[in-house]
Amino acid sequence: MAFLTDRKRAIGMGSAKAGTEHFWSMTKSSFGLVILVPLFILTFAPMLGAPHADVVAYFARPFPAVVAGLTLVVGWMHFKGGVQALIEDYTDGLVRKGLILGTICLSYAAAAASVYAIARIAL
Amino acid sequence: MVQLTLPKNSRISVGKTWPKPEGATNLRKFSIYRWSPDDGENPRVDTYFVDMDTCGPMILDALIKIKNEIDPTLTFRRSCREGICGSCAMNIDGINTLACIYGMDEIDGDVKIYPLPHMPVVKDLIPDLTHFYAQHASIMPWLETKTNRPAKEWKQSIEDRKKLDGHYECVMCACCSTSCPSYWWNGDRYLGPAALLHANRWLEDSRDEATGERLDDLEDPFKLYRCHTIMNCAKTCPKGLNPAKAIASIKKKMVERHI
Repeated sequence: MAFLTDRKRAIGMGSAKAGTEHFWSMTKSSFGLVILVPLFILTFAPMLGAPHADVVAYFARPFPAVVAGLTLVVGWMHFKGGVQALIEDYTDGLVRKGLILGTICLSYAAAAASVYAIARIAL
Repeated sequence: MVQLTLPKNSRISVGKTWPKPEGATNLRKFSIYRWSPDDGENPRVDTYFVDMDTCGPMILDALIKIKNEIDPTLTFRRSCREGICGSCAMNIDGINTLACIYGMDEIDGDVKIYPLPHMPVVKDLIPDLTHFYAQHASIMPWLETKTNRPAKEWKQSIEDRKKLDGHYECVMCACCSTSCPSYWWNGDRYLGPAALLHANRWLEDSRDEATGERLDDLEDPFKLYRCHTIMNCAKTCPKGLNPAKAIASIKKKMVERHI
C-alpha cells in the first residue's frame, strides 16, 4: 500500500514527451499502404497459377518487383508499429517489454527476408 | 492491464427478489446490481417490481420509487434530475447514461441497471470516481495566462467562442471514459475521453496562453495515444458530445507542431 495523493497517482511519472512520432509514422505507412496494397494485388493477381518461369520473368521487371518490395517492407514496418500498440494495450511489465522486442525482431527479419526473396527473383 | 475475468470477490450472484406491489397491474421488472462494503459478501443482482401506473417516466423516477417504497438501502447518486449535474450516471440496459434523462420507454423488456463499468464500487450503483476527477484536474482545467491581466476582461471573438461548443457542455458524468476499452485496460495512465475533451476545450480557447505546455503534458504514448478511435465515447455520451473528435483534434495539433 502506498499513501499517494490522488493527483500524484493521476500524474504518474509525467509526460514521456513521445508518441506523436509513432502516431505520425503509422499515419504515413497507412497512407502508403492504401496506395501500395491495391497496386500489389493488381500486379500480383495476373501471375496466380502461372508457370514458375513466367512468374520469375514477370517479377524480374522493375515495376512489379518494386511494388512487391515496397508493399512488404512498408507492411512489415506498419505491422511492427501496430502490434507494439496492441501489446502496450493488453500487457504490462516485463511481458510487455519482451513482446515488443520480439515483434521488432520479427518485423525486421521478415522485412529483410522479403527484400532478399524479391531481390533473388528480380536480379 | 487487460482483465478477461472478474476477480473472485467481484463475481455476481443472484440476489433477493422483492415482492410485487399489491394490486398493481402494470408492473415492470428491474434487475439492479447491489454490493455493500460492510457485509463482506459478493455483489448480487436484486429484482424489484415497480408499478408503472404510479411511477414517473425516467429510470431515475423508478430508482427513487424503489428506494422510497421498497428498499431504502438501495444506494445511488442523484441531484438535478435534468441531465446537468451528471451524478446519476450508470449502466442502464448495457448503455452508460444518465438515469434522469433516460426514459423507460427506450428499453424493451426488463430493466437491468449496473454501476459504470470497470470502476471500483463504493456501494451499489456508486462508482469511485476519485482517479477520474484527479485526471481531470491534471489537465489544468482553467485559463492559463502570462500576459498581465487586462483592466476589464479577456476578449474573445464570437468565432473563437464557437470553437468551445461541443466541449464546455460536458458534465463530467464519466459515461464516456467508463465505456472506453482503452480506459478499462490502461485507466491508470490513459487520461480517457472526458479529461481529453476538457484538455481540448482549453487548447481551443483563444484566451489561453499555455498551449505549448498543455501539448507537452499530453504528449505521451499512454496519456493521449491509447485512444484508438473506438468511438464508444461518442456513442454513449448522454449530452450528445463527441470526445473522439476532440481527441483527434489534439492529435492533429501534435502533428502540426512536429512537421
